[in-house]
Amino acid sequence: MLRLLVFLLACLPLATAVAAPPDSADFETTLAGLTQSSFKKKTAAVSALTELKDERVFAVLNAMLESRLYYRKSDKRVVYAEKTSAGYRITDTLSGQDLGSAEKRELKKVSTNNKLRKYLRGRIATLSLANEDPEIRLHAVNQITTSMTPESVVALRKLRFTETNPEIRKALDEAIALVDVTSDDKKTRLKAIETLAESLRPESRAAISSLLEKDGSGEWRVADADIRREAQRALTQIDERVEFYGFIETTFFGLSLGSVLLLIAVGLAITFGVMGVINMAHGELMMLGAYTTYVIQQLMPNHIDISVLVAIPAAFIVAGLVGIAIERGVIRFLYGRPLETLLATFGISLVLQQLVRSIFSPLNRAVETPSWMSGSLEINSALSLTYNRLYIIVFALLVFTALLLVLKKTSLGLQVRAVSQNRTMARAMGIRTEWVDALTFGLGSGIAGVAGVALSQLTNVGPNLGQAYIVDSFMVVVFGGVGNLWGTLVGAFSLGVGNKYLEPYAGAVLAKILVLIFIILFIQKRPRGLFPQKGRAAES
Amino acid sequence: MKMRLLRGPGSAFYKLVSFVAVMLVFSPVAYSADTIKVGVLHSLSGTMAISETTLKDTMLMLIEEQNKKGGLLGKKLEAVVVDPASNWPLFAEKARELIEKKKVAAVFGCWTSVSRKSVLPVFEELNSILFYPVQYEGEESSKNVFYTGAAPNQQAIPAVDYLMNEIGVKRWVLAGTDYVYPRTTNKILEAYLKSKGVDDADIMINYTPFGHSDWQSIVSDIKKFGSAGKMTAVVSTINGDANVPFYKELGNQGISAENIPVVAFSVGEEELSGIDTKPLVGHLAAWNYFMSVDKPVNDKFIKAWHAFIKDKKRVTNDPMEAHYIGFNLWVKAVEKAKSTEPDKVQKAIIGLEVPNLTGGTAKMLKNHHITKPVLIGEIQDDGQFETVWQTDEEVPGDAWSDFLPGSKDTISDWTPPINCGNFNTKTKKCSGQNY
Repeated sequence: MLRLLVFLLACLPLATAVAAPPDSADFETTLAGLTQSSFKKKTAAVSALTELKDERVFAVLNAMLESRLYYRKSDKRVVYAEKTSAGYRITDTLSGQDLGSAEKRELKKVSTNNKLRKYLRGRIATLSLANEDPEIRLHAVNQITTSMTPESVVALRKLRFTETNPEIRKALDEAIALVDVTSDDKKTRLKAIETLAESLRPESRAAISSLLEKDGSGEWRVADADIRREAQRALTQIDERVEFYGFIETTFFGLSLGSVLLLIAVGLAITFGVMGVINMAHGELMMLGAYTTYVIQQLMPNHIDISVLVAIPAAFIVAGLVGIAIERGVIRFLYGRPLETLLATFGISLVLQQLVRSIFSPLNRAVETPSWMSGSLEINSALSLTYNRLYIIVFALLVFTALLLVLKKTSLGLQVRAVSQNRTMARAMGIRTEWVDALTFGLGSGIAGVAGVALSQLTNVGPNLGQAYIVDSFMVVVFGGVGNLWGTLVGAFSLGVGNKYLEPYAGAVLAKILVLIFIILFIQKRPRGLFPQKGRAAES
Repeated sequence: MKMRLLRGPGSAFYKLVSFVAVMLVFSPVAYSADTIKVGVLHSLSGTMAISETTLKDTMLMLIEEQNKKGGLLGKKLEAVVVDPASNWPLFAEKARELIEKKKVAAVFGCWTSVSRKSVLPVFEELNSILFYPVQYEGEESSKNVFYTGAAPNQQAIPAVDYLMNEIGVKRWVLAGTDYVYPRTTNKILEAYLKSKGVDDADIMINYTPFGHSDWQSIVSDIKKFGSAGKMTAVVSTINGDANVPFYKELGNQGISAENIPVVAFSVGEEELSGIDTKPLVGHLAAWNYFMSVDKPVNDKFIKAWHAFIKDKKRVTNDPMEAHYIGFNLWVKAVEKAKSTEPDKVQKAIIGLEVPNLTGGTAKMLKNHHITKPVLIGEIQDDGQFETVWQTDEEVPGDAWSDFLPGSKDTISDWTPPINCGNFNTKTKKCSGQNY
């Protein structure tokens, strides 16, 4: 502790003397403070580091926040470590020199906790206010706005004078207005309210609504009626806009749920809809796709970002082949006997689950999310769309289009449609119906596998993955109309959006029940779903 | 002659055959009289296999170790493992099979509350002993069950205290899966928060179905709820598999542990080993044991576990420690009573103390619950917890919550003169129902 005090004292003149060149020895000794185990001491070391005005501090703090900062147990040298297949590749924090590779037990991480991470974020933000990249500056301003201190307000006001980027200026104005709204000067206050009325930050709304509160004895907190009137107007304005964006957000949530439903149901729309096979093992084929993603990630641990793209064709092939094996081995003996098929495929689903349990253990497996699929696209403070959902919407539509093209434009598709409409006639025309059956079932199963890849990014990869989705997928296919791909598309999206609009009012449990009741009633009225098949083919 | 030797009733061959047959019939009986049977009632297939298989292995390890030490009362212990397949009525059938047919001395088992409620009448009818190793909602105390997991006052209440006093949380989201444990726990927590002066408007309660995977709207609601300018925390009783998509959605919508910390009661090392933990770093969990606890007794346990399971990557968790404590308490009680008879063991076990894995001791209380330390840990990116706070001493388990109007005046005491699981201290009456 005493040593630390000495450092702090040694840092003081440095901080004030702007012209003084950064002292490497100081940096090194202060850095050593990070290797202590007490979080309090580490916080003190971080504080001392930021006072140093050394260029290397920024990188060190960032690495610490991202838990890339380690120290060697042998000589307590603080290093950046990057995980490789063999261990860690380490780089010196002092010189930036490559120190070769190290094994895991030679290193110890500079660990952080919530408090320290919050502190680090604040410090990094203050340091990056002077950064050249406007995006980093904007991020820093936003970060500071969430937890403002008197010192940071001074720093923000200072930046406001020199800042030229309009977007950052706006963010700065909002941040300063958050402070000014409690100022003593009425004019400043009104101006601040006006600025905040345009802002969608949650902090702005909280600041304005606090002006309209009453204290314990029923008196207004803010005595001035003008200010209260303006605040009320601003609050209404904000709420209107938030409500509008909330509406867009709910629609997005609905579309995203719909796209997941579409993915899991479109494979079933082929096997159940076109071939008429009640395949209870459909969920397990999705599970196989998800496990394929896991295996692919294990095979290429250094290329997580592209592993998901590799997994898509791999999962299609794995699930497709398993599907063909199921069709050739079991289902082909049971055509025209739906109840037996149902029981047999249910048995297969149990076999597949237990198989996965034996091979991969009953525990869930961790599938990593690639960096380009995590985080969200921030449109404004009230509306942000998560990337993984966005990609899955796009992906679901792509899969749907591809399937539609296969069925409408290829000779396989033509044969599939011919067999499903009139098997005997198709055979008379020289189509090898058995071969078409196997391929169709393989196609449906393969698509289930592809859906599994998408699900691995949303939920657990475990033996029970399939069970969770099988009911939903049948629900969509039956609702949309058996044998009609467009029906599946419309059914999936309308159920998704409907569910999400119900959820805020009814809660997640009741919303699901209401949707099921709706479908039951709907099927009573229209037993063949939204888009029933027409013509002679539909007679049977 | 030859024929007579083989066929006649008095022939030597006949005698030999009948002797062998008698040996075959009686020898297993003679042998089993020299072992004490211990029932293990954990699902090895179905949805709960994910959690319960590990506990079965833990029991096998503990029994093997005890046998290496010379067994119990001069006899070897023998594990009888059955698979109730995550099927609640089957739990009751298998429990009956263990007690009536296999004649086990005690049963270690169950995970979900509903499976415990399902076997409870069987244990009471046949008067046997069950050790239940999982944290649960309380409001129960049976003469035949020993609760080695945490009661709400050993997990939920201290966790809320930590958030309130150390983090300064003012607004609360109580999120849970829609079944008995979260419902009861949240009822207790709601009453507790209100008793601490938290406003109705500052509590949001949300229930989701089992295996819920689409968390977009709920996370978005939590985000809005948390942006009112007051520090907000989520107290999660979300069960099992639903946690992964929940945490993923939190991460994707940009809610970090620094803005809105989530404290979970059902997420342990085992669950984390199947999750990509990056988006979870900093979120909290409240347990009575962490694998990362740096104590010699814990190191020894982890080493023994890795040697037994032959996999260095396997983790240890809180319910495993509960079985460790429960098994050692039972062994000690049997030694004290010099018998495995349930009535004698039940009497002997109360007041016994054994070391736990966090460096303290666990004592079996009169209400069939035990004393446990409470630990709050932050999730690290390697799937382990870093202890950030813990109680100074072990907290005694309370069967009947003090914060629910219905159970405020109820206590459980299985020693004379009360001898009752739900004794009303005001009317001085035992309701007669044991659970």
